[in-house]
This record gives sequence, C-alpha cells and structure tokens, in this order.
Amino acid sequence: MTTEKIQFLQQTALKVRHHIINMSTDGGCFIGASLSCADIMVYLYFEYLNLTPEQLNHPERDYVLLSKGHDVPALYGTFAELGWIEKDRLKNHLSTRDHIYWHPNRNIPGIEFHSGSLGHVPAVGLGIAMDCKMKKMSNKVIVITGDGELNEGSVWETLLVASAYKMNNFTLIVDRNAFQANMATEDLIPLEPLAEKFESFGCAVRRVDGHDFTAMDEAFRALPFSADKPNVIICDTVRGKGLPSIEKRADRWFVNFSHDEIAGLHLELEGKGSAGLHSETLTVR
Amino acid sequence: MGYQDIIRQLALEDERIVVMTAENRAVIRELPQVLGDRFIDVGITEQTMIGMAAGLALRGRIPVCHALTTFLIMRAFEFIRTDVGIPALPVKLSGFIPGFLSDANGPTHQALEDISLMRGIPNMEVYCPADEEDMCGMLRDVWTIDKPSYIRLVTKATGFRHSAFERGKAEVISVGEDINIMVAGFLFGEALKAYEILSRMGYSVGLINMRSLKPVDESIIVSLAQTNSLLVTVEDHFITGGLYSIVAETLLKHRMTAAVHPFAMKDKWFRPALLEDVLRYEGFKGDQIAQNIHEVLQNENRYAELGTI
Repeated sequence: MTTEKIQFLQQTALKVRHHIINMSTDGGCFIGASLSCADIMVYLYFEYLNLTPEQLNHPERDYVLLSKGHDVPALYGTFAELGWIEKDRLKNHLSTRDHIYWHPNRNIPGIEFHSGSLGHVPAVGLGIAMDCKMKKMSNKVIVITGDGELNEGSVWETLLVASAYKMNNFTLIVDRNAFQANMATEDLIPLEPLAEKFESFGCAVRRVDGHDFTAMDEAFRALPFSADKPNVIICDTVRGKGLPSIEKRADRWFVNFSHDEIAGLHLELEGKGSAGLHSETLTVR
Repeated sequence: MGYQDIIRQLALEDERIVVMTAENRAVIRELPQVLGDRFIDVGITEQTMIGMAAGLALRGRIPVCHALTTFLIMRAFEFIRTDVGIPALPVKLSGFIPGFLSDANGPTHQALEDISLMRGIPNMEVYCPADEEDMCGMLRDVWTIDKPSYIRLVTKATGFRHSAFERGKAEVISVGEDINIMVAGFLFGEALKAYEILSRMGYSVGLINMRSLKPVDESIIVSLAQTNSLLVTVEDHFITGGLYSIVAETLLKHRMTAAVHPFAMKDKWFRPALLEDVLRYEGFKGDQIAQNIHEVLQNENRYAELGTI
C-alpha cells in the first residue's frame, strides 16, 4: 500500500471513531469493542473487499459477517463513511425511527446477517462459504469474532467442520482485544496460546497487529493461506483504541456517556487533552 | 414411495435442495451417492448444522436438516430460533424418532416437547404426519414453500389411503355425534383402531388427522366443538404445548368451550421399551384408548372431571 493510501485509511478510521463516540451517549453503546475493531473494518471495506454498493446482493460478492455484534457502531460508522447509509441516520441510534440498535440486523444495507448471540455466525458464514464453493465461485467469506466469543463451544465445533470440508474460502478474524465483558480474557478463561489452538483444529493461522494497515494488508493479500484449510487471522488490538481514557479499561465496556463527556472524547481522539470521564460501565448488560 | 425416495426425487428436481445431517444416516443411506456435494454430513454438530443451513438458505438453497429430533430441536434450539426463525429462512427441519418412536432409547432421546418448542417460534410451521404415506404426500408442499418448517418424521406404514394434503387443513376422515378423535402423528394408527372399536360398540365416532399443526385448521376444531360430542386429543407429546394446548387455545380464541379428553404424556417421560410395550404400558394402544373413552362416557363423574388433569 502507498503512504497516501495508509494515511487515507488512518483518517477514515479516525472519522469512524468519531461516529462511535457519537453513538456512546443517549443510551450508549459497547464503545470499547467498537473502537478495537474500527481499523479492521476500515481496512476490509475501504481496501480489501470485492464489494460495492451496487453489488450488495451480487452472488459473487465477498461476505463479511459480524459475529461479535457488540461492535456494530464501528460497522455503521464505516458504512456512513462509505456513503452506504446517510451520516444523519446514525442519529437514529436506539430509536424506533430506524433499525440502528446495539446489534447488527439486515434492515441496514450491507449487513449480511444479524448477530448478538455469540458463537452463531461462524456456522452461518461456513454455510455461505459452502454454497460458494459448490458453485465454484471465488468469493471470500469473512467472519469477525471477538476473543471472549471464543468461549463458546460452537465456534470450535464449526472450525472442526470447516477443516473437515477443507473450506479455504472461509476466514475467521479474531478481534483479539484481550478483554471479555468484565475482565481480561486471560484472567477468566485464558485463550493463549491461541494460534496453536486454531492450528490444532486444522486452520491456517496468521497473527497481526489489528491497528497496522500494512501488516493487515500483508496478511489478507496472502489469503487463502493454504489449499485445503480454513483461515484464521488473529488481529491483536487494544480495547478502546484511540481514547486513552477508555483503552484497556475493564470498567468501560458498555458506557452511556453524558454529552459533556463525549465532547471531551472527541477532543481526546484528536489528541487535544483528556476527556475526564466519570461514567462507568453499566452492569445490567 | 418412501422418505428417501421422495427426498431423492425432490432434490433431483430442484437443485436448491441440499440435505444435511448430524450423522443420522439410518434412513437416508443412499443419498450421498445420489446428491454428491448436496449431501452434507457435519458429524455430531447440530448447532453448526443449523447455522450452516441458515447460511446456505441465505444463498438461495433449501436445506433439509435431518437428525434425531431431541438433538435437532433441543441441542440446537437457540440456533433454530435465532438463525432460522428471526430471518424466517426456508430451512426444513426433519426430526427422526420423535415422541414414542424413540422407544427404548430412554428419556435423553424422548422428544415430547418438540411441537411446543417449534410452534413457539414466529414463522415456523409444524407438521405431524400420520404415517409414511401421509408424510410423503406433504413433503413437496412443505419443502417448497418459502418458510421454515419442522416435520415429525414417520417411517411406518398403516396402509390407510390419505386424502391430498393441504397446508393448514386437517384430514377429516369422519365427524361423529358422540366422540371426535383428533390425532397428531403416528398414533393415527392406534386412533384408527380405537375409532373402529368404538364404532362397533355403537358410538357415532369421528376421526380427524391433525397433520398440519401450524398453521392449524381452526375451523375443524370450532365445528367439532359445536357438535356437543366428547372431543379426544391423541398425541405422543407432553400435555403442555402440543395438540391439546392447540385445541384449548383455539377454543378460547373463539370464546368456546368443550369436553376434551386428552391422551398425552402428563408431566412425565415414558417408560423406555420397544414401541409396542411402550404403547401398552402408557395406555396408548387402540383398544386401551377405546376402552378409556368408553369409560369416560359411561361414568358421569369421570366426564365431569375432564379439564382437571
């Protein structure tokens, strides 16, 4: 990728993060998980995927399915920057006027499948990938999971089947921000050594910095990693990336900030001071 | 023509159909050779099978998911509800050995709540054929409609010649003035025997095959309630949520009441054994059903107790 391209992706990701901040008030959102995968979303939709607005229903399009539904603000922010949805529409977040709520759903153009219940969408993606393979199409099917989501046995069940059927058009991305809802993954249900776990399930694995566009590009351009294995890309990320007041904070998982706080967060994202937050994660979710 | 024959025929006619199984090949052993990559055995992974079926359906396929009912419906319940039910995808659930047909397997394999669970999912249709001929007569309609559905498989023959299937319609064999037996599923064979015995005893008996449970034939339930006869429901399902519940809900919806005598599993699993023993032990043989109904009609106290199960 050229330097200009990388700068463009970085600037776009910054805009997406501003959208995410805007969705973290008046009801709030899962801000930490959304910020961690914003660069992954921007890379996929602005650089990698064979997908245009006219092609959203084309049978040979690439597929992205968001299994960790909590981070849908990052996806909606990306869609807004792509022009797939009006930026003004994001103001409808959590209103019955629209369908922009805490988990993805197919009423929003570009969303391939709804999610919210963890450990479901890898199998849905595998079904899509199987049909593509049966029809000898070359689309790529990408499923984004969280790392906490890897607690669900169904993810591993699906990888067994994907491996058995040699589904090398199927790729699992792990947003490895090292946190699940309330604490660090390694303090609750440890996942490491994670790459080895996937390899032992028959997957071809790469591990990259999920905030480094060059590193992601190198990995994704190498897909499929083998002729007969499903692919896994572990993207090491930082929960809350871009906002030091939120980064790696277990208590800033789901937050409903005041308008003053998000004004501070917008400045913090631009490197202009600290937001001085007092709202903490809601325990009801 | 049996179950495997009809799948083969429908799948060869319509390439959208793919057959999936969680390694339950007993009655579909010939399909891998015939269907090639359209036969997908995922091993013992019911949840993955349903998720994949949703993905295949998103791509325009019609996945037929064939597995043992308890594991298909209950292990994968949330996947069915969430991945198939919410988007109303045309995934066709085919439940093998439901109800008493799990005979000697024991309670782990006794699907006695499957109808209740499946009909609670919006858009999910539920079918309960009487025998193999009845089932084969409905598969084309059930599988080609653009909705999710669950069918209780029956691979037993009764020799009865069924009338043509119609979604949302019961098969009315006859309507009686004294007794009307509504039956869902393979107990049709026993209900038919009970019908014959009671008829010989001089009763005016009706027999109704409730093969379409959702959508259900409300009009037949309402018209039977208007006959002022004893209504009987027969099902190998828990009393909660199956045919008896459907009849009760329908009557309430139409502000009606009736004397309804249910044959169902009343808050317990059945005693595991070979099928004939199960039926005898649990009181579901045709002669037992007939005798039981006769006693209710002969005994004012028992008649008065209906509804106090």
